[in-house]
Amino acid sequence: MKKKLTRQQYMDLYYYMRLNRAVEDTMVKLFRQNKIVGGLYASLGQEGISVGTAYALEKKDWMAPMIRNIGALLVKGVRPRDVFMQHMAKYDSPTKGKDGTSHFGDLENLHIVSPISMLGDLIPVMTGVSMAGRYLGQKIVAMTWIGDGGSSTGVFHEGLNFAATQKAPFVLILENNLWAYSTPVSRQVPVKDLADRAKAYGIASYVVDGNDVVAVYNTTQEAVDRARAGEGPILIEAKSFRRMGHAQHDPAEYVPKEMRAYWEARDPILLYEKFLTVEKLLDAKGKKEIEEKIEALLASEREFAENSPMPPAEFAETGVYCTGDECHKIRPRWERPIAEVTPPRSRVSAVWTVAGFGKGKGSGGANAPIHFGDSGQQAEAAQSSQKLSPNGKSSSSIPSFKKAKDSIQRASGKSRRSP
Amino acid sequence: MSTPHGNGRSGSEATQITFLEAIRQAMFEEMQRDPAVILIGEDVGVYGGAFKTSEGLLEKFGWERVIDTPISESAIIGAACGMSYLGLRPIAEMQFIDFIMCAFNQITNFVAKGHYLWNAPAPIVIRGPSGGGVHGGPFHSANPEMYFVHTPGLKVIYPSTPYDAKGLLKSAIRDNNPVLFFEHKFLYRRMKGEVPPEDYTVPIGKAVVRREGRHLTILSYAAMMHSSMEAAEALGAEGIEAEVIDLRTLLPLDEETILQSVKKTNRCLVVHEDTKTGGIAGEIAAILCEKAFGYLDGPVTRVTALDTPVPYAPTLEDHFLPNTKKIFAAAKELAKY
Repeated sequence: MKKKLTRQQYMDLYYYMRLNRAVEDTMVKLFRQNKIVGGLYASLGQEGISVGTAYALEKKDWMAPMIRNIGALLVKGVRPRDVFMQHMAKYDSPTKGKDGTSHFGDLENLHIVSPISMLGDLIPVMTGVSMAGRYLGQKIVAMTWIGDGGSSTGVFHEGLNFAATQKAPFVLILENNLWAYSTPVSRQVPVKDLADRAKAYGIASYVVDGNDVVAVYNTTQEAVDRARAGEGPILIEAKSFRRMGHAQHDPAEYVPKEMRAYWEARDPILLYEKFLTVEKLLDAKGKKEIEEKIEALLASEREFAENSPMPPAEFAETGVYCTGDECHKIRPRWERPIAEVTPPRSRVSAVWTVAGFGKGKGSGGANAPIHFGDSGQQAEAAQSSQKLSPNGKSSSSIPSFKKAKDSIQRASGKSRRSP
Repeated sequence: MSTPHGNGRSGSEATQITFLEAIRQAMFEEMQRDPAVILIGEDVGVYGGAFKTSEGLLEKFGWERVIDTPISESAIIGAACGMSYLGLRPIAEMQFIDFIMCAFNQITNFVAKGHYLWNAPAPIVIRGPSGGGVHGGPFHSANPEMYFVHTPGLKVIYPSTPYDAKGLLKSAIRDNNPVLFFEHKFLYRRMKGEVPPEDYTVPIGKAVVRREGRHLTILSYAAMMHSSMEAAEALGAEGIEAEVIDLRTLLPLDEETILQSVKKTNRCLVVHEDTKTGGIAGEIAAILCEKAFGYLDGPVTRVTALDTPVPYAPTLEDHFLPNTKKIFAAAKELAKY
C-alpha cells in the first residue's frame, strides 16, 4: 500500500466493498426466502478484487464482469435493485427476466458487456471492444475478469494471444480464488503463479494480493494507464480465496479447514478497516454512518425489486432479432477523422515488413526472408549476410534442405523401431 | 475478374463477373461506403484471402480495417462481436467454412443470444467458402448450415448466383443481426453472371422462382440449385414442367413462396448438398405437412448427400453428392403421383 490515494478514493473503496458485501448478504436472505429463481454465487472474501480493479476504470471505459463481480458492477454504476431483480427474474430487471445473475449489460451508458456461462469467451470479445475503441479514436480501455478455472479454456489462450498480437488496450484480471468448483488450482494448472501465462504471449503481468484493496487498485491503475498508453494487454493475477461454495447449494466440504481459517483471518474488509483506522480515515462514527447509508439504500432497493412483477409469459416470444433502426440505431461514435481510415489516406503497401529481413512477397527477391529449409542461393545469401554480423559463423549452421530431410527420415526410422 | 487494385467495378453497364468477384465487390463497395465496415480473418490481408476474395482490400483500406489474425476462430468471432458493440460492422472470414465449428460456442452462445437476452445487437457477418464437389476431403467440403439454422438469433444465407451473392452480402453487412453467409466454393470461379453497375441489395429471407412449372416444385439452394435447373430442363423434354425455387436464405425461411408454389404444383422435391438427417428438407417437409397437407398429391421427397462425412476420392465423393441424374430420377418418380 505504498501509493497515497485521496481521502475520497480511500472512502470510495471502503464504501463499495461494504456495499458489495451488503448486497450479497441481502441476496442470501432473499435466497433463503425462495425469492431467487436460480443459483446464487457469492464473492465473499473477494470484494477487494472486484472493487479495486473496477475503480481504476474511467466512465468511458468498458468492462465485462464475471459471475462473482457484483462489486465491479456497483462501482461502474449499476443500481443494487438491478442486481436483485436479475436474480429474482423480475420484469424490471435489465434483461426483463430473460437471464439471471450478473448476466446483463449496458452498451449505451455504462459500457458493460454481459457475460455468458461459458468461461473465457469474454476475452476475445473484450479484445474486440478495445480494438474498436482504438479504431474509433476513443482512447478507452477494456477490462474483464477470469478465474483460475476459466484460465484453462482454449478461448482464454486464443483471446489473450490475439490481444497481444494486436497490442490491444485490454486488461485481464485473473482472479485466483484457489478453487474451480471443487478442484483446487494445483490440480488445474502446473504453475505457481498464473500470471506466468503472460510470458507466453509476450505481455506484461502483475501478481497482487487480492485481499489488499489498495494494492489491487494501485496495480490496476498502473496497468490501465499502460494499456491506454498503447503498451498492449496486461494480465493481473489477484490471489484470494473463495470462501463460499461454488454456489449456495455447495457446502464446500472439500476445502481444508486450515485453508479456510487462514483466509477468513485475512478478510479484505477487516484488513482495510484496520488500515483506515491506523491512517485515521475511519472511526466508529464514520463507520456507523456508512452502514446506515447502505442499510437505508438497500432497504428501498430491495422493496422496489420485490414489488416488480414477473414478466408476462408471451414476452418469451419477443426480441430474438433486432428489427432495424427503430429497434437499435447502430452508429459508431467517431473521435478521430474518418478520412484517416478511408481511401485515399488509408492506402498501404500490402506487404509484411519482417524485422531483420527487409521486405518482399516471394522468396526469390534479393531481400527475401530466409526460412528453415532454404537451400542453394538462399543459403549463400544467408552466409553472406552473416558475414556482416560481428559474430558471423559459416553457413554450416544453416541446415540444408537435404540435411533436414535426412534427419527427418532418420527420426521417423527410429520411431518405427520403438515399441 | 476486374483488376484487383481497381475501384471494385469495371464499367458503367451490367457486366459478367464470377461469383468470387461478386463477393469481393460487395465487401469493397461496403467498406468504401461505410468506414464502420472492417474485415477480419486468417490471411485476408497481405495474401488477399485463401481464395482471393479480399484481394486488394488491404492496399485500399489499410491495416486497421483488414486484419490478419492468428489461427484462432473463436478469437476472430469474439473480437468481431466485441467490435460490433461499439457500432462497427465487422465481416469475419472463416478460411474454409468447416473451421466455423472451432468457433461454435462463440457464435451460438455468445453472438446469437445477445439481442434476445440483454438487448445487444451484434451486426456481424460470418462468411466463408463451403461445399463439396472439388475433392477437398472431409474437412474442406462441409455444409454446416443447419447447425446454425437451429440457432435462434442468427440469419443464414446461401446464395447461388453472383447477382444474389453481391446483393445479399451487402444486405448482410447492413443488417443489425449476426448473419452467416455461405459461399459455395464450387461456384467461385465456375459461375458467372451479370451484376448492375449501381448499388443494389437483395432482401434477406426471400426465395426466388428460377423456373416456372406446374407439375412439381423443386426447392434448392447454392450449387444444387444449378443441378436442379439442369434436371428441370431434362424433365421439360419429357413433358414434366418443374418449378424451381432458389431458397437463397435458410433462416428466416421464405415459407410464403414455398407454400404458394406447392399449393399450385401439389408435389415437392427438396434438393440439398447437406446430408439428409436434420437437413433443411426435413424442416420443409414438416412445414408442408402443417400448412399444405391437403394440397399434397405425393410424398415430400428428398435428394441430398448421404449421411456420411464428405469422402475424399472422386469416386466416393461423386457417389456421396446429389447430382442432376439423381434429381431427375426422383422428380420423375414424384411426378407419377
